[in-house]
Amino acid sequence: MSKFLADENGYYGEFGGAFIPEMLYPNTEELRVNYLEIMQRDSFQKEFKHLLKDYVGRPTPLYYAQRLSETYGTKIYLKREDLCHTGAHKVNNTIGQILMAKALGKKRIIAETGAGQHGVATATVCALMGIECVIYMGEIDISRQAPNVARMKLLGATVRAATSGSKTLKDATNEAIRDWINNPVDTHYIIGSVVGPHPYPDMVARFQSVISEETKKQLLEKEGTENPTHVIACVGGGSNAAGQFYHYLDREEVNIIAVEAAGKGVHSGESAATSALGKVGIIHGSKTLLMQTVDGQITEPYSISAGLDYPGIGPMHAHLYNSKRAQFVSITDAEAMAAGKRLSELEGIIPAIETAHAFAVLEHKKFESDDIIVFNCSGRGDKDLQTYIDYFEL
Amino acid sequence: MSKSISELFNTDKKLVSIYFTAGFPQLHDTVEIIENLEKSGVDLIEIGLPFSDPLADGPTIQESSTKALRNGMTTELLFEQLSDIRQRVNIPLIIMGYFNPVMQYGVEAFCQKCEDIGIDALILPDLPLREYQLHYKEIFNRHGLDLIYLITPQTPEERIRAIDEMSNSFIYMVSSSSTTGAKAGFSEENQEYFKRIADMKLKNPTLVGFGISDKNSFDQATAHSQGAIIGSAFIKHIETQGIDQISSFVQNLKA
Repeated sequence: MSKFLADENGYYGEFGGAFIPEMLYPNTEELRVNYLEIMQRDSFQKEFKHLLKDYVGRPTPLYYAQRLSETYGTKIYLKREDLCHTGAHKVNNTIGQILMAKALGKKRIIAETGAGQHGVATATVCALMGIECVIYMGEIDISRQAPNVARMKLLGATVRAATSGSKTLKDATNEAIRDWINNPVDTHYIIGSVVGPHPYPDMVARFQSVISEETKKQLLEKEGTENPTHVIACVGGGSNAAGQFYHYLDREEVNIIAVEAAGKGVHSGESAATSALGKVGIIHGSKTLLMQTVDGQITEPYSISAGLDYPGIGPMHAHLYNSKRAQFVSITDAEAMAAGKRLSELEGIIPAIETAHAFAVLEHKKFESDDIIVFNCSGRGDKDLQTYIDYFEL
Repeated sequence: MSKSISELFNTDKKLVSIYFTAGFPQLHDTVEIIENLEKSGVDLIEIGLPFSDPLADGPTIQESSTKALRNGMTTELLFEQLSDIRQRVNIPLIIMGYFNPVMQYGVEAFCQKCEDIGIDALILPDLPLREYQLHYKEIFNRHGLDLIYLITPQTPEERIRAIDEMSNSFIYMVSSSSTTGAKAGFSEENQEYFKRIADMKLKNPTLVGFGISDKNSFDQATAHSQGAIIGSAFIKHIETQGIDQISSFVQNLKA
């Protein structure tokens, strides 16, 4: 058992657990008692693998980025999660959870979404399975992410505006949790990241672990070793990073780098650099690092990428940070945008702005010529085109 | 000497417990609301410590919390406002809030303040049973504080028994699967649940909360319990009628 994965009570070191009101106890308990057994069923594994292959398009390539490598004088591979159906790694988790919901006999799906990527990935699998789908999205995010709202509607989902609090991702999550309190029997809540009460962080990490499982095999073919010297991924809640790090957690020779959004600067007051700015607290049922006032009120983060502006991080990442197993780097909006443009020009790959944060590490850190670096290219930039247009005045 | 919660239950009458959010409608209404509630004949008061992300609450309490925080309410300020409350009222007082603000204040320091002030118990819906037993029960008890547990229609019988075993004052019975203020009135199914719990003959009395807004729902809720808790409906009342009109709200319930 890895010391970097959840123990039986859902703890990663001091982080994790299930800090939930009694009203949620039956829902999470049903999931906690059953999730491992369901995931291990042959029938479950068979259908999960089949859908990942034929519907999502897995395995995603591990691409050697020649020009990027030459530019930085090192060997760089991209795990192409941006090529997944719906444009990002998010769908690995929603495929897993929709099968979980079916196995539990649930008839209705709810989810939260920030930028809309997880909402689209959830609406997609609900369409695939013919299950009712309600997506909660902050009122402010609805107005700034119109194309994804339209996608969800086209896929047959109902999009409900979260109008409480700051009207963004954390409030959409609150509303989804409230829906679950009101519908405890027939509804499954598909959380989009490695956050929330146990067993969510562990379950979502397991569904995303296919990323590093494939990386090991692919790198062995290309480099004769399963282990890169570095794995690098961006962290909002942290699901793409959890998937990319998963099978390397106990391989101490593999350096892990987690990249957070510094917004306009870590100490600018407009940032989402949770590890640097956060303190231990409780958010959405999990004990983790989160951005808050001295009084324990959760604050609103900022990043140019909607997918990274979450005030907490998954408890697994909080533990990787505290135990120093992973190095955390903060990247500003400007650095991320420049890195996104560079990847587009050098490799013909337009990354999501979340993903671009990870690539900005190349400007921060000097790598050796014989290093082997694997980036999780977690999402594509189509959804961010308007932000790129506005930023670079294209 | 203030009245203790357990003394409160040495009666056949149905108890009225009122929840309000501290710092709402105005930042410094806290003491006046408490005094007016006691004068109006309320039996128990739950003082809400506002939180930015109140997961278990419906829109009314959420909005009152957001406004209270915007008004400037903090944990320290609430303690200051309550510092001489025991010279003013004898009614049992409970602080209800979410765990994160308590954690940031420091659980030990928070409990110490509650003891100094004369708070009788805490309700922290997102502090789970297991965590409480492992890490915090000893601290709470050392400061003479009881933690009130919630049960819902979905809580399994053996868990209800375990909660009953752990509790020392009363059990907070959530009326239905809902957030606060979500539903109006009770169905037959709700009432069967009230009766089922009554038939379990728990050692602790029960107060029913969530969905109680008027005399009718109060009477339904208390047919099989010792009393009921009203929050959202009270907050709406003081928002529209003002905090000097509290007695009319309480009289309507008790009529």
